[in-house]
Amino acid sequence: MRYSGFRVMKEGFFGQKGWKPAWRDPDPKPEYDAVIIGGGGHGLATAYYLAKEHGLTNVAVLEKGYIGGGNVGRNTTIVRANYFLPGNSEFYSHSLKLWEGMEQDLNYNVMHSQRGLINLFHSDGQRDAFARRGNAMINQGDDAILLDTDGVRKILPYLDFENGRFPIYGGLYHPRGGTARHDAVAWGYARGADQRGVDIIQNCEVTGIDIEGGVVKGVQTTRGAIKARKVGIVVAGRSGQVAQMAGMRLPIESHVLQAFVTEGLKPVIDHVVSFGMGHFYISQSDKGGLVFGGDLDFYSSYAARGNLPMKEHVMDAAMTLMPMIGKARVLRSWGGIMDMTPDGSPIIDKTGTEGLFLDCGWCYGGFKAVPGSGFSFAHLMATGRHHEPAAGFRLDRFRDGVGLMDEEGTGSQHNLH
Amino acid sequence: MRITCPNCGERDRREFYYQGDALALTRPAPDAGPHAWDDYLHNRDNPAGDTRDLWFHEAGCGAWIVVSRNTVTHAIDDTHLAATVKR
Repeated sequence: MRYSGFRVMKEGFFGQKGWKPAWRDPDPKPEYDAVIIGGGGHGLATAYYLAKEHGLTNVAVLEKGYIGGGNVGRNTTIVRANYFLPGNSEFYSHSLKLWEGMEQDLNYNVMHSQRGLINLFHSDGQRDAFARRGNAMINQGDDAILLDTDGVRKILPYLDFENGRFPIYGGLYHPRGGTARHDAVAWGYARGADQRGVDIIQNCEVTGIDIEGGVVKGVQTTRGAIKARKVGIVVAGRSGQVAQMAGMRLPIESHVLQAFVTEGLKPVIDHVVSFGMGHFYISQSDKGGLVFGGDLDFYSSYAARGNLPMKEHVMDAAMTLMPMIGKARVLRSWGGIMDMTPDGSPIIDKTGTEGLFLDCGWCYGGFKAVPGSGFSFAHLMATGRHHEPAAGFRLDRFRDGVGLMDEEGTGSQHNLH
Repeated sequence: MRITCPNCGERDRREFYYQGDALALTRPAPDAGPHAWDDYLHNRDNPAGDTRDLWFHEAGCGAWIVVSRNTVTHAIDDTHLAATVKR
């Protein structure tokens, strides 16, 4: 069923009785050409591009919970391509281009809104760093505009520009950055993959990975054994546990990242804004809630909820940057589990087992990467060759130190990102 | 989350700096080879459940502390001075 404005009107006349489920609910078949473990954004996008780009349609996505119930429905929905280092830069550039065609491609409204993203800076040194980043973005073919204080004042008049401790010197403006409705992205890819023949199997937890003689043969699940010639692990947040089923230890430590949302307000924040001193970023959802977050709690956790010190830090930063936010009331906060790698960049690679592939380590930046990661991982699974924009996301870069992508410049060590 | 420092008693989590898994107590030998060192520096068991990690009482007595805790519940079972812990 195609979605359209006409269809919405027609259903309005007939009591909304013509809508069908957006994807089937099949039982697992005994065998597939490829099995994707994990029905999050990345897994669903992988299945979609396997079918669309590579004609591989005998594919199952195995999800232990329900579609949209994991990190893809728990993030702060920001979409951007403002990375600095080669390896990351071309990947996120490609991903943003896929975002820009996604709604037409999927025939699904993901509410992608390129409202512009502004990273603020508060010192001369920071201005230099952002100017350099902006130049890297322009060299990559993306958009970046360096704003001075007056330039920022024109579009974000509500900030505390004269703050005694952190005066605003300007901002790096990325007009194509913005937000999207996160769970709609999962639903859109699920529907698109399903329409091309992919089986999306929910409530199906993988309990083992069958390997014989160094070759993957299939998986054991709570809904029976499933044979597969190729298996992709795409389970950010739980990568360590699933990789362990294949006898692997990963360069990943799981951390909790908190996010917050206020009661719905009238439109007040038109962009995505990030504070340059102290970790804080904010946007306003179409429903009106201010959606904001900060840094990791900085200790390994699977609790999906954080502690109070980081909450206090985020609220402090919010009040410092935009005192008007003190009038808003926080509705809820929550935590998501992040696959943190030593250098803060992801992994899309083969493993030591033939036919077993790994897509993980998205740290706190997985949402914007959904289409790019799915596209590149599908390319790797289907062809056995790395997709050029994601060729830097090697698993062995930590061992030899070649090609580390440390965007923050803090070092390749677990507790630094 | 509050952590009991063996020297100072129960303190706010903010007094402590998190280093990571307590495997730092068992460094490989200097000549153990690149694979052993890669494994030590980067790869982690990363358990969902009971774990042991190293915290530094930065804003307190300056001791390194081995904390046994649960990564799913955030419950802390016990703490020992790293100096007294043998693996």
